[in-house]
Amino acid sequence: MARTAVSRRLTWRVARLAETREETATARTLVFDVPGWPGHLAGQHVDVRLTAEDGYSTQRSYSLAAPADGDRVELTVQAVPDGEVSPYLTGVLSAGDPVELRGPVGGWFVWRPADPSPVLLVAGGSGVVPLMAMIRAHRQARARTPVRLVYSVRTPADRYYADELRRSHPGLDVTYLYTREAPGGSARAPGRLTIVDLDAHGWPAGSGPDCFVCGPTGFVEKAAGILINLGHAAHKIKTERFGPSGG
Amino acid sequence: MGIVSPGFHGRRRGGVQLPPGQYLTEDFPVLSTGPTPRVPVDAWEFTVTTEFGREYRWSWQELLALPSETPTVDLHCVTKWSKLGTSWQGVSLDTLLEDVETAADYALVHAYGGYTTNLPLQDLLDGQAWIVHRYDGDDLPAEHGGPARLLVPHLYLWKSAKWVRGIRLLDHDEPGFWETAGYHDYGDPWREQRYQGD
Repeated sequence: MARTAVSRRLTWRVARLAETREETATARTLVFDVPGWPGHLAGQHVDVRLTAEDGYSTQRSYSLAAPADGDRVELTVQAVPDGEVSPYLTGVLSAGDPVELRGPVGGWFVWRPADPSPVLLVAGGSGVVPLMAMIRAHRQARARTPVRLVYSVRTPADRYYADELRRSHPGLDVTYLYTREAPGGSARAPGRLTIVDLDAHGWPAGSGPDCFVCGPTGFVEKAAGILINLGHAAHKIKTERFGPSGG
Repeated sequence: MGIVSPGFHGRRRGGVQLPPGQYLTEDFPVLSTGPTPRVPVDAWEFTVTTEFGREYRWSWQELLALPSETPTVDLHCVTKWSKLGTSWQGVSLDTLLEDVETAADYALVHAYGGYTTNLPLQDLLDGQAWIVHRYDGDDLPAEHGGPARLLVPHLYLWKSAKWVRGIRLLDHDEPGFWETAGYHDYGDPWREQRYQGD
């Protein structure tokens, strides 16, 4: 691997909240203006630092939800009940307010529009965020590689980016797997991800897709194990996890 | 002091000193880059290769036959969580490296599944590092690196390679997986050495 992301020091930058979008009752997309932002790849994340008036500060990592767009940086944050940071970002931070941000971080769980393989994105809950950055990058670049998103989510109301994914774009295929409550008329009974789901809605291993799996640990373990059992090569399966901790 | 975010108060910890930028968690989050390798213990082995190419090997049974220690240590992950007072059982690297003849200054740790990470050899010695196979009184689960992982708790946790398979001793520092991708070559949490240049 070339040491491309290395030479430059990652400095803290002031990011001001420009706009927000409510994704669900508990998740919010935050669009920041970050003057001098160096750009990033789909799938990378950033560190966010919050400082209180008395100088206390804390940091969290969040996935970038959209490809680079000048000085605009977009995150989607799920409010973790009793969390220290996420309830502030989703409920208190207002337009014009500053946070500090540095990045981009992570050069492994990334997709580039020039990558030639078909793409399988497997999302569990809020794990869809970095995968959405890949979908948006795919659309923006008018990439020719076909992309399939398999998105496991509790109920229809828990879907992030629902309108945008409904509109879709050429080359993108979206399948929802509901774990608790499916819309009326769904052929699939609510339930957790199984090998049948990824066999039906993923790519055959023989087509050599790049697989990206993101979600809570149990989901990622399950999905990656299924992909191995379906014959996908371990090095074609990249994973990223959102633990229940954090906040 | 950083830029103040209006209305942010945060949650102060009473009495617990953590490295800068870290927060406390009670869970044990899992981080890895791909599918969890499944390594049966009868096929498991651990090798140390010196800078001269000499190899030292331990089978699972040979590892378990060595004197073990039960360190209780704090963990600090570069993704910001810290977990305090974790209990492990394993073999000290002092024991494993005791009869290894080397003048190397650096180590490149490699793992089943292909992961690598680098650190100075002296950070593996003097009671600072173990090959652990039990966590919290049980066999180490695969998602936490079982059957055995490296434990170097004074550095960020990505240095504590899961599914550890061996260590190459080198006379130069050779960056591993995350180090090549922009993470710090040393990774001292108390100096907040998260990324190259920190």
